[in-house]
This record gives sequence, C-alpha cells and structure tokens, in this order.
Amino acid sequence: MSIFEITIVILIISASAYFFGVRKIVSLSAKYKKKPDSLMKYYGKNAVIWAFVPAFSMLVAYSFLAPVYIETVFIDKLSKIFPEYQQSQLNLVYAQVQNIASGFLESSDVQLLALSEQLTSWNEKAQSTRSWVILLVLIGTSALGYNKIKLRFPARVKVEQFFERLFLGAAVTAILITIAIVVSLMFEALRFFEVYNFFDFLFGTHWSPNIAIRDDQVGSSGSFGMIPVLAGTVLIAFIAMLVALPIGVFSAIYMAEFAPRGLRDIIKPTLEILAGIPTVVYGFFAALMVAPFFRSIGLSLGLDVSSESALAAGAVMGIMIIPFISSLSDDVINAVPQSLKDGSIGLGATKAETIIKVILPAALPGLVGAFLLAVSRAIGETMIVVMAAGHAANLTANPLEAVTTVTVQIVALLTGDTVFDSPKTLSAFALGITLFVATLMLNIAALTVSRKLSEKYD
Amino acid sequence: MGNGKTNTELIAKSLEKRHRRQTRLKYYGLFSILLGITFLIILLGSITLNGYTALQQTVVQISVNISPDKVFDDNGNISEEVMYNTNWDGLAKKAFRQEFPDVVDRKEKRKLSDLISSNAGYDIKWMVSQNPSIVGKETKLWVKTSDDVDQLLKGRLTVNVPEEQRRLSNSQLKWVKNLTDKGIIKKQFNTVFFTSADSREPESSGILGAIIGSAIAMVVTMALALPFAVMAAIYLEYFAKPGKWTDFIEVNINNLAAVPSIVFGLLGLAVFLNFFELPRSAPLVGGMVLSLMTLPTIIIASRAAIRAVPSSIRDAALSLGASKMQAAVDHVLPLASPGILTGTIIGMAQALGETAPLIMIGMVVFLVDIPTGFTDAATALPVQIYIWSDSAERAFYERSSLAIMILVLFLITMNLLAVLLRKKFEKKW
Amino acid sequence: MTIDSKIQVRNVNVYYGNAQALYDVNLDIKSKEITSLIGPSGCGKSTFLRCLNRMNDVIEGCRVEGNITIDGENIYSKDKDPVLLRARVGMVFQKPNPFPKSIFDNVAYGPRIHGLAANTTELREIVENSLEQAGLMDEVKDRLNESATGLSGGQQQRICIARAIAVSPEVILMDEPCSALDPIATARVEELMGNLSINYTIVIVTHSMQQAARVSTRTAFFHLGHLVECDETNKIFTTPNDKRTEDYITGKVG
Repeated sequence: MSIFEITIVILIISASAYFFGVRKIVSLSAKYKKKPDSLMKYYGKNAVIWAFVPAFSMLVAYSFLAPVYIETVFIDKLSKIFPEYQQSQLNLVYAQVQNIASGFLESSDVQLLALSEQLTSWNEKAQSTRSWVILLVLIGTSALGYNKIKLRFPARVKVEQFFERLFLGAAVTAILITIAIVVSLMFEALRFFEVYNFFDFLFGTHWSPNIAIRDDQVGSSGSFGMIPVLAGTVLIAFIAMLVALPIGVFSAIYMAEFAPRGLRDIIKPTLEILAGIPTVVYGFFAALMVAPFFRSIGLSLGLDVSSESALAAGAVMGIMIIPFISSLSDDVINAVPQSLKDGSIGLGATKAETIIKVILPAALPGLVGAFLLAVSRAIGETMIVVMAAGHAANLTANPLEAVTTVTVQIVALLTGDTVFDSPKTLSAFALGITLFVATLMLNIAALTVSRKLSEKYD
Repeated sequence: MGNGKTNTELIAKSLEKRHRRQTRLKYYGLFSILLGITFLIILLGSITLNGYTALQQTVVQISVNISPDKVFDDNGNISEEVMYNTNWDGLAKKAFRQEFPDVVDRKEKRKLSDLISSNAGYDIKWMVSQNPSIVGKETKLWVKTSDDVDQLLKGRLTVNVPEEQRRLSNSQLKWVKNLTDKGIIKKQFNTVFFTSADSREPESSGILGAIIGSAIAMVVTMALALPFAVMAAIYLEYFAKPGKWTDFIEVNINNLAAVPSIVFGLLGLAVFLNFFELPRSAPLVGGMVLSLMTLPTIIIASRAAIRAVPSSIRDAALSLGASKMQAAVDHVLPLASPGILTGTIIGMAQALGETAPLIMIGMVVFLVDIPTGFTDAATALPVQIYIWSDSAERAFYERSSLAIMILVLFLITMNLLAVLLRKKFEKKW
Repeated sequence: MTIDSKIQVRNVNVYYGNAQALYDVNLDIKSKEITSLIGPSGCGKSTFLRCLNRMNDVIEGCRVEGNITIDGENIYSKDKDPVLLRARVGMVFQKPNPFPKSIFDNVAYGPRIHGLAANTTELREIVENSLEQAGLMDEVKDRLNESATGLSGGQQQRICIARAIAVSPEVILMDEPCSALDPIATARVEELMGNLSINYTIVIVTHSMQQAARVSTRTAFFHLGHLVECDETNKIFTTPNDKRTEDYITGKVG
C-alpha cells in the first residue's frame, strides 16, 4: 500500500471510530438509564484520537526515518563489498544504485544491477512491513480506545488533555527549531574543524576556499581565515547603519512628534511598503542600478569605484533598513509616557528641547535595542550582498572596493557542483554557526535592553 | 522673586534661537521622510521603467509553405515522429530569408538568420500542431524576433557607437529598417512571458513555472505553519503558566523571528536534504523551510490577536461552565481569527518574497518545464528574478524587472488585503 | 477686587473636537494666594487649569475661546509665545513625573533650557535654592547626582515642585499634586504650598475638599463644565450660594 492509501485507510477507520464511539455510549446510556460523564460527542472524539494519532504518527515517522535507515544499512553493506572505497565514494555508489532501482538510470554493470535489485527488494519489504505494522497498530489502538468508553469515563477531560498536550507540543516546536539549527550547524561545522584548525578559522586573515577538484592539483588546500569575510560584513553593515540610522530616527521623530495625524496616516504605510519589498528586489536595484551609478560618479571624479563596491551594497541595505528603524523607533518614542513630555513642555521647553533632552534619553534603551536588531538584520541579510557585493575576500576598510560577507560566502560555497563532504562546503556551516551566534547575541542583547525600558515605565 | 523680570527678558531673548532650532529639527525629520519616500519612488520607478516594455514582444511576419510530408505520415495523419524529424529551424530561417532575396553571401545569410529567434522553428512547429490546416499552402505567420532586434525596436540598444561594439551590425540594422518600412515587423502582447517557464532565449522565457513553484511552496508553508502557530499561540495565551519555562519558549520565538533567513536555508539543507534525503530543488522542501521561518511571525501575530479579545468573553464562557479548552477554541478563537488571518497573510507575504533559503535547498535551477507536483524540481518567483538578473542579455534584465513588478504587485496586494481585513474587523471592545 | 487679581479669565469656552468641555467661565485669581478648583471628576477643572499655561495646545483637536489675561496681557494673543508663558506659569502634575536624570539635572532642566544661569556656579545656586524652597535640600543634598526616579513618591513630587520653582515662575499650577501620595507625603506637600504662597500665585486642582479647605484662601467650584461659584474658601464650605455646591460639599453628589 502506498502512503496515500494508508492515509485513506487511517482516515476511514478514524471516522468510523467516531461513529462507533458515539453509538456505544448512546447504548450504554440507554441500558443503564444514566447520563454519561461528558457530552456524547466527546466519546466519539476520544475514539478518533485513539484511532488516528498513533497510526498516523507512525506513518510520518516511517516516511522520514525509513529511507535514512535503509541507506545506513545499505551503505554498510556496500562498504563490505568495496572495502577500498571511502565514505564519499560509497555515497556515490549508493546514489547510482538508487537511480537504477527507480529507473532514472540505465546500467549494464552486473554488480550494480544486482545491487539495485536488492535495494528494490529491501524497499518493498520495508513497505509491506510498514503497511502491516501500521494496520495492526491502527486496529489495536482503535479497539483499545473503543474499550475505554464507559459511562463513568471522563471523555471530555481526556480529549482536552490530549489537545492541551498537542498545543504544548506546538509551542515547544520553537525550541525544537532552535535546537535543530544549533545541532545541525554544529554537526557540520565540527566536521569542518576536524580538518581545519578552529583558531586558524577564527583568526586567520586569508580566505580562499577554492580547493582543487583533484588532490594532486597545485594549491589544493584552501585557506579559511574568517577575518576578511567578517571585516567585509562589518564594513557593509556599518555603511548600512550610517544610512539607515539617521534617516530612520529622524523620520520616527517627525512621525511621532511633528506630523499631523492625516500625514502620519499616509507616511507610515508608505514607509511600510519599503519594508515589504523583497530583498531580491533590493539586490537587483543595488547590482544593476546603484552600483553602475556610483561607478560612473566615481569615474567622473577620478575615483576607481569597484562595480561591486561595499558602498553600493551597504547604501541599498541601509535603504532597506530605514523602515525597520523608523517603525521600531516610533514605537519606542511613543512608549515614553506623556507625563514626561508634559513635564518638560510645562516648564516652558520647546518641542525640540523636549525631544532631545527628555524623550530621546528616556527612549535610549529602546533605541539601542532597535539599533542592535537592525545590525543583526544587516549582517544576516543575504540577497543584496549576494547580488551586489564581491566574492573575493579583501581585507580593506575602503568602501569603494569590493568586499565579501559571511552570507555571500555561504551562498557561494553551497551552490554549484561540489562534493558535499569537502572542507569547502563544510566551511559554509562554520560560517553559518558564526552568523547564528552573532545574530543570537545581538537579538538577546536587544531584547534585554528594551526590556529595561518597558520595566521602567510599566 | 526679585530677578523675575530679568528672567523673562532672558527667556524672551533666547526664544528666537530656540524656535529656529525646533524648526530645524522638524525639517530634518521631514527631509528624512521625503528621502525615504524618494528612495521608494526611485526604486519602484526605475524598475517599472525598465520592466514595462517586457509586456511586449517583437514579432516578424514570414511566409512559409510547409510541405505535407514534413507533418503527416503516409496515412495522412499528423505525426509527432515525422514532425520530430523535420528541420523546423532551417525552415523558419529559409522562409525569413526570402524577404531579402538579394542576400547571397554565406556570412551575410547567417547574420540575416540571426534576426529571428532561434526558437522560431519550434514556434512554427507548435503552430502547425495546433492548426494543421496551414500546411501545404503559402501561409503568413508571425514569429518572434531575436532579443537584439526586440531591444533595438524598444530603443534599448545603443546604435551610435562603432559597429564592432554593437550587438547588431550595419547590415542587420539596415534589414530591420527595411522590415519596419514594409510593415511586417510589430510589437505584440508578450503572452509567452505568462505561459512558459525559463528558457535560454529571453524571448521564449516566462514566469509561469516560477509562479507555480512559489504557489506550491506557499501551500506547504501555510499548511504547516498556520496550525502549529495557532496551537502554540493558544497554549501560550491560555494554558502556559508564567515561569522560566514559558519565558524560555517566548525568548525562543522572539529570537527565531530575528534569525537570518539564510540560517533556515542551512538548516533545511543539513536536515531535510542531507539527513532525511528529501528531493533537492523541490517546492515541498522549500515550503517546509519557509514554514519554519514564518512560524514565529504567525505565532506572535496570533498571540496578539488572541490577547486582543477581551478576557470578559473568556470569563463569561468559563462562568457558564465551559472548560478552559472550550472557552479558548469555541469562543475566543473565532473572535481572534481575523487578527490571526491578518498575521498569516503578512507572514505569507514575507515567505513569498524570500530567496536565500530557497537557494540553499537548490531551488535555483534552470528549468524549462513547469512543475506539476510537490517533489518536482522548481524555482520560485524571487529566485527566478535572481537567476535572470545574473544573465548577460539585456532582454533578461527587462524581464527580470517585469517579474519584480509582478512580485511586488502580489505582495502589495497581500499587505493591502491584510490592512483591509484589520480595518474591517477592528473592534473596539 | 479686579485690581489685585493676577489672572483674569473672561468668557472661556473649551472644546475637544465637537465636545464642549467648558462653558463661559469667568474667574479672577488673586496674586500670591492659593486658589483651589474643586468639583466632581470630569467637571472641567483640569481642563481649565491647563488653559492657564496653554498646555491644552499640545492636545490635538483642543480649541480655546475667550480671554485669559495675566498681569493684563492676553496669553492667547497671537504675538504671545506659549514657551515664555509656560516659563512664567509653572505646572506640577498629578503623577510625579521626574525625568529619568539625576536630581540635580532635573532641577537644572528649566534654567538650562532657558539659559537662566550664566555659569555653573549660578546654576548650582539656583538648583540649591530651589531645593531649599521645596524643603528637599536636607533630604537629597548628599545625592544630587543620583537618579530622581529612585526617590519616594512624595520626594519625587517635591522634586517636580523644585523643578518648577527653578525657573522662577510667577504662577504655579498644581493638578491634583497629592493624589498619588500617601498622607504623610501629602501633609509635607501641603505645608510646602503654604510656604510657597508667600512668593507665588498658586492654583490647585484637587478632588479632596479637605485639602481645598486646608490650603486655599479661595475656592472655585466647577460642575459639568460650568464654574458654579468662586469665593472665600470659608464661605464656600459653610454657606455656599448655589444648591449644586452645597450638594457636592455635603456629599450628596460627586
């Protein structure tokens, strides 16, 4: 039976479980002339939970885990047939066998054909086992659930308990995703650090990940010193903040304190459009319009501006971040209690003096929080830099030159045809975890500072 | 106070300067906002100016006489096999060259053929299969020109430079002028752009494949993220007891909302592709990755929506003997649903514009086929924009811009919808 | 009687959008004594108070009609700057609202923005003098550089009073200055008001009739946006002219 067919069977049995569950409680109730503990429908729902949940969870678990398990066992088997092969070669053979088995590839190699037949038979066996096990579980747990139905059985409580746990599970997903990010990135990054020294990665000043395809090629070992990549990231983020911070904060001040209501109602959504534009559009704008524009201005001034200059990428990133800063700052400024503003105005301060001497200092933690979040966004931003910044890792502070960033390198290292296990691809995960840790720290710092603000005025 | 009078004078003296400072601050703010809006106008304006021309495609009229033996088999039935063996490309080029019988030089002939699309042959084949009655007689057909001619007629090709720096030679320019004079070259609506997938030739490329890829991914994202988000939001608002554990969940959600999207792409690559061996480039996996990314956004919006429902409603339900679960699901959730929907639309808009994580899981591929299922290889609309903007051809630049216009239109519509929904259901409790 | 009145209010109407909050208010406030404004909540007494230093200007949609003069100058005339007015007419609010700055900076705020001190010595003098007048000097003299938000509620309110005095205003408006304070802090602030009335004209809004009776020489009673009557405090509390005043004072309404 295919996954689809099994799902249908599970659904049919679950639906009938509801029907039988209700029927049983109705007849019990009639027989003993007593009302059951809960409403009739809860007995049906309870029966459905017993029928559906175990079987369906097994189906999902199987669909994810079985291929992984079969692969592990099969590769283990292959390693006995080809003892001289390395892991990556074994993977390659497995992929070949898989493709032959599913008919994507034709082969005349007898050994491969035999192997593929074996894989097919394994898969079939696994499938039929799956079908039987799931059907047995389905029937077994359905019967168990049906059996539980009695007049004094608190069906509603049980059903609600189940849903509460399900809801808890959904809430815990957030933690699971975080764990999955950390574990998966760490796992690959650690494999990278097995072949490359951790401190060389962290403090090395030379980044050239191009490893030769064959081992005997000249210069086959790449160099993975992260500093120039990090410096490029910081340079572009710095330019972005230089553009976004003043424009964003001044816009927020105007919106919160000066704009008449009608104007504010127009400006706010307009700036939000800027926030809703996808980053790929900004990247397009940066690479094909802004960068050539800067370059031609540079030429007319006698400056050599790279066509992938940090300035173009950073400036456009700054434009992208303006609405982010302005709307966060607007919220923060509005969170400053009116009583403080009144206190200042009441002393004869002008609006401007109130803003600069009272509101901004009071809102400072929130503004710092907004700033940190914006920086976190800038260093994690990918498309703008992928399209408009460079690929070569230059260690420079000159904004007219091309620099590369962490995200650019991750994309460059993981696209195109590369063997997955090479240090080159693995280094992308080392960069990834670095990026994750950096943004995590910025986010937590932002959260902590802005909490200070809300504590002060709540 | 004895010095009261002098104080008033002191203050009065300082007033002008202080008001000037105030005006200055106000203008800084106004200037910043205008700057922001100017950026927006330049951004959207320049892309529109670049992109709107892609709505049209230049076509040229050729007259062909296709002999029946190139289309029909011995029984007179239209045959795929016969048509497969026909040299449609040569047929198209030959027919086109008939317009210029005086061009005989071999090199010149090739230059002449370059004026029509290299896919013109396929187009004729398709027209024949749609309408076999054109076979066997002199027929006039409109076929696409090459992208260079297209760009020339749209005024996007610089012609006042030396010949060797130009994409079209002097003679080619002369021929195009000749065609224009004869009135057999025109621009028409670019249907291809909306009905095909990618192609090596700009004039044959379209965004339908990418749109369908995006749509499939969005369905997956919504199906996964929405139920999880709503359940998590109900739990956090109604069942979670305040404490370290709940705080931890909350910090996690807030932090996830700020994790760079590319990190989710790396997660998808490491877990979905490498560990679980799900197919590469599949919109199913794309949707899964995007759902992880949008989940926190929708949870946060749903919680806000649930919190906006006054506790009196919940208390009323509880006082009538409803359980906590009944109060939450039967009474509060329906009232919160417009807010949840609004949050979901905003989250979906975010996911629809996302590119980086999709690149990570290999949805950046060249595909001439339109995806038909969850596990077919596919791209997405933003990824298609990325792919095209990387091409050298000027015509792809134009198409990329049009694709951006369509994507931004989608997103603005979604956001507008969210705003309208919020306005419509906004209740003052 | 109008000769020694500091503030004259004539035919004042106040609107919030379309809703009228004050109707035809006429009132004279005498120099260097305390005038209380009492009345049930929502009667317009705070609105009226905020007219006296044009604090209503900052509320969107608020419109003031009529004449208010201080020392014979119309404060709502076009050539009058509200900034200057607010320096002359200080205000203390219901909730103590010290700025999140040091005690010194709080009191020095007004003198600094108005440029009242030529140098730091002068500034220090003004601050110390103001704290002295607010009766706070002994309590805070060792911690002038600590944050004002760390003080107790009563101390915070007195910081706000010191902050207002530092600009040497002629009039001080107090909007229920004790409503957020405990009885002991209230007593101290009331005592302070008494001392200040020697030098300043004070107008206080209060919801506590006892407080009005304790501190003020004259009392005005507001009801539903109308000024019902204004007279010597003793008279208002013993033999009011109007039935509404009597009802309020005897606790029948309000």
